[in-house]
Amino acid sequence: MAKKVLLGNEAIVRGALEAGVSFVTGYPGCPSAEIGEEFLRIAKKEGIYAEWATNEKVALESAIGASFSGLKSLINMKSFGINVCSDSLLPLAYTGVKAPMVIVVADDPSCHSSAQSEQDSRGYAFLSHIPVLEPADVQECYEFTKLGFEISEKFNIPVILRTTTRVNHQRAIVEFNEIASSQAPRNDGNFVKNPHQFCTMPPRVLEMKKELLEKMEKIKQFAEKSKINKIENSLKIGNSKLGIITSGVSYLYVKEALGELGLNLPILKLGFFYPLPDKTVLKFIKGQKKVLVVEELNGYIENGIKIIAKDANLKTEILGKNVLPEIGELNTEKIILALLKVLKLKIGKLENSLKIESLCCNSAELSENLKLEIPRRFPKLCEGCPHLYTLAAIKRAAPENTVFGGDIGCYMIAGYPPHNMQDYVFSMGSSMGISHGIVKATSPAFAKASAGKQKVISLIGDATFFHAGIQGLINMVYNKSNSLVVILDNRITAMTGHQPNPGMGKNGMGETVEELKIEDIVRACGVKHIKVLDPINVKELEETVKDFLTKDEVSVIISKRICALLERRQPKSESLQVVE
Amino acid sequence: MKNFNIIIAGVGGQGLITLVKIITEAAFIEGCDVKSSELHGLSQRGGSVIVHIRFGKKIYSPLVKTGGADLIIGLEELEGLRAHVFAGPQTKFLVNKYFSPFIGTLPEEKIMENLNKIAKNNLYLVEASKICKEKLQNEVVSSLYLLGFCVNEKLIPLSGGSIFEAIKKTMPEKFVDLNIKAFELSKNI
Repeated sequence: MAKKVLLGNEAIVRGALEAGVSFVTGYPGCPSAEIGEEFLRIAKKEGIYAEWATNEKVALESAIGASFSGLKSLINMKSFGINVCSDSLLPLAYTGVKAPMVIVVADDPSCHSSAQSEQDSRGYAFLSHIPVLEPADVQECYEFTKLGFEISEKFNIPVILRTTTRVNHQRAIVEFNEIASSQAPRNDGNFVKNPHQFCTMPPRVLEMKKELLEKMEKIKQFAEKSKINKIENSLKIGNSKLGIITSGVSYLYVKEALGELGLNLPILKLGFFYPLPDKTVLKFIKGQKKVLVVEELNGYIENGIKIIAKDANLKTEILGKNVLPEIGELNTEKIILALLKVLKLKIGKLENSLKIESLCCNSAELSENLKLEIPRRFPKLCEGCPHLYTLAAIKRAAPENTVFGGDIGCYMIAGYPPHNMQDYVFSMGSSMGISHGIVKATSPAFAKASAGKQKVISLIGDATFFHAGIQGLINMVYNKSNSLVVILDNRITAMTGHQPNPGMGKNGMGETVEELKIEDIVRACGVKHIKVLDPINVKELEETVKDFLTKDEVSVIISKRICALLERRQPKSESLQVVE
Repeated sequence: MKNFNIIIAGVGGQGLITLVKIITEAAFIEGCDVKSSELHGLSQRGGSVIVHIRFGKKIYSPLVKTGGADLIIGLEELEGLRAHVFAGPQTKFLVNKYFSPFIGTLPEEKIMENLNKIAKNNLYLVEASKICKEKLQNEVVSSLYLLGFCVNEKLIPLSGGSIFEAIKKTMPEKFVDLNIKAFELSKNI
């Protein structure tokens, strides 16, 4: 046993190493990126195969291939990654895995580092019937990763480890084991043909669904016995006013809140989000007057527990999202307020009322005293960022009512002042798909003379183009759009912390590979008007924008200049470590 | 020992994560339970960043409560002020006399006036960036200078020795000297 301070993401890596992971892939995103980065850093030393894939769907599929060939795999992605890979995730539940597989999906409640939506990825459990584990702290990141591999091995099913920002980016002390020699990574994969299990064709597919549902029943039995669903203060069940059911990081806030209020209530802490251990839940809620379910974002567990209570004809009142917010991450304060409400306690009646009072009121009071609104500091493009030149030139060249399509990357900052150049933003690669719809809806070929006839300029980065942009571009050419696409090629995946991509000539392991030229891909997609230029030639860029906006066909400008941070880093490769 | 709660507020790129690594490691070295929470990604591109560190006998939540900070370290003036929601009557404010303005910001005098109003006698203003730039030709290590100040003035219940060891354990070897220099600089000024 050794002890160390680790980041949640590092603990996941440690757990996977102890479990004998041999194949690691994923796509960088916040708050999961350090998992893939750490694996790539140690891969050669540990004898593991690791890579960054072009997107999460490809990543999952590669891991499926590795699993079918007998290697233990781990895939890491942020919340929205699971949307991208869901097309292959659902059939994977049917085929099951051959060698164990853990899929790490990192949600970002409060959207600290996420556009798109405040997604609760746990919902995929219901869609896919794949077990989902929810660690609360760094120790559990380590333990649940190992357990995930065990469950996956025992039931031949992938396991999702669902984390959140406050878990991935939490540092804490972890107690961990030695890596057993029996769990050394393997490089002896062998694909043994088994179309009966690996092909989800009808009529076999329905048989597979039946097998999956039967498997879930067995996993439920396993979950009932699992120590990661644990009851605290069980003696209090039945003679306390309230019981609490919680999962993930919310558990830590619950413990903190109860300590603050001096309360000693029974707690059921669920490590399994899915399948829900019905019997354990029933044992916990039976005989309790009220149960408060404390979970972040959607009230999935609450709904599950309401069903269990109803089926058992219990009178237990199940509370949750009626007293806790569905929007934004939870914290100790929010739980204290919910507990006060549910227990009908007055702040002043509590023993340590002064403390609570200061806790709940202090900041509000202080702000009021100050009578001051502190202006928001918007994220901004770095000094010398090539996007600054690109955005400025486009803004000058484009007519007033031009629509600017945004995409996912540093250039999202175009939406903030002083740029204000983002009229919509959705998901990876979506700038072009949406642009196509706008062009068609407002163009003379289809629309009336009174239609807008607006010009649309899509702004998309190099990595995002490789991830999910190419299909959108093909569609525009195929269906005769006349949109302008500007690909802001800063030669790296910058926003998530500078991971390599297929345009760089280097892969995740640092190997030299074919450098994909975006202009070649664009040309192959059928685009006729293409210009590659350096955005510091502002005049040339402006003139090209003006010229391309008059074209009747799709046009693409590749505005190519290395990320300013990367450029500064290049001579002394480690000099930026000080700056994070 | 009572749990000790720290908020570090600054602008993305100011070395906040380095400071979190060093303080959590030092608390661990001293035998404390410790948890911290940091942010990466979009917010780091020159936006406001707040990180939480808690250590003591037993720590559950990685987040400092509203009004619950014992120490707020502001690596930038406005960000120090922004962190005031975590301040209670007991909170000590250590603020770097460094102003990173933006369009629509509060004027510096107004920030100072409000910092004084909130922190009263508990405000420590230190010219860490300026001193580090002059003496070490490096502004980013000002966070280490501030940490040194915390130890000297006993604003943080951790020993210089533990922090010394933590710097050596957490920093890449070639930056250890520079960071230790910055950490020790506050003693001599």
